[in-house]
Amino acid sequence: MEEKEIQNELASIRNLMERSSKFISLSGLSGILAGVYALIGAALAYHVIYDHTPVTGRGYVDNGTQSSGLFFGSSYRLLELELIAIAFVVLVLSVVTGIVLSYRKAKRKGQPIWGKTSKSLLFYMATPLFTGGLLILIFIYRGHYSIVAPASLIFYGLSLVGASNFTFTDVKYLGLCDIILGLVTACLPGYGLLFWAIGFGVLHIVYGSIMYLKYDR
Amino acid sequence: MKVPFEKLDKAFENRLRLQIMSVLMVNDRYDFNSLKELLDTTDGNLASHLKGLEKEEYIVVHKAFLGRKPNTTYESTEKGKKAFKQHLDALEQLIKQQKIN
Repeated sequence: MEEKEIQNELASIRNLMERSSKFISLSGLSGILAGVYALIGAALAYHVIYDHTPVTGRGYVDNGTQSSGLFFGSSYRLLELELIAIAFVVLVLSVVTGIVLSYRKAKRKGQPIWGKTSKSLLFYMATPLFTGGLLILIFIYRGHYSIVAPASLIFYGLSLVGASNFTFTDVKYLGLCDIILGLVTACLPGYGLLFWAIGFGVLHIVYGSIMYLKYDR
Repeated sequence: MKVPFEKLDKAFENRLRLQIMSVLMVNDRYDFNSLKELLDTTDGNLASHLKGLEKEEYIVVHKAFLGRKPNTTYESTEKGKKAFKQHLDALEQLIKQQKIN
């Protein structure tokens, strides 16, 4: 056996071990885009919130049509719906971008997009994500809005840590950063949107860029 | 030049067998269809080499049903893992020796 032949053999073993146990087609570019969507979403949310706040004198108060206690109730209900709508659009856009770009990368790498590894990845990601999502909706329904920012960061971080066994280990560090950020957010009420923008926006862009430079090219 | 070819495992002489074993080293269990897809091989070829590894007692076969569909999964044994590691060590030795010479 020639040395070159042995080297090839060893390289193929390494490659198979990685390809069979890890979903290596996760796209870095989609991480960057998800971060950009999150930042745009956070900026929109910021505007929506301050347009609704009576103190600014804009919007609802100036119209002066409603001044009873009911005003606050209906206005906040609307605000809530708008914020949920923004969050939902950001989520859907990020997921669709992630799937499309990873699909393209998987094709290039010859890894099945819907294989054993991507199924495990999805399962371990979905479990904490759905738990957190439902918990947040329950708390919103009960009027505890302050839980949204910390809980979404923490549960998203947990889902990343869980999923990191089935893809690049870098994902684990992104998850840990989000968990820490979520806990800090819980200690600092009132800064939810800011931390949310850092966790979902800035961190995604940083992480996506690292992944892109490391694996995509 | 003395090369320890005798240390290389005969059971892994075939490339596909070595590949199957690599997959089973890092995954607890792997099913037939996923293996086929991953290794890009045919039913017959894969089945015969899986048989070969089973005969060596390097892997064990688990047969189960998912609804009505048979779902066969494979798992590496301790013996198989040890043999695989030794084989890799032997390959490494070969490279080292060839570098010296």
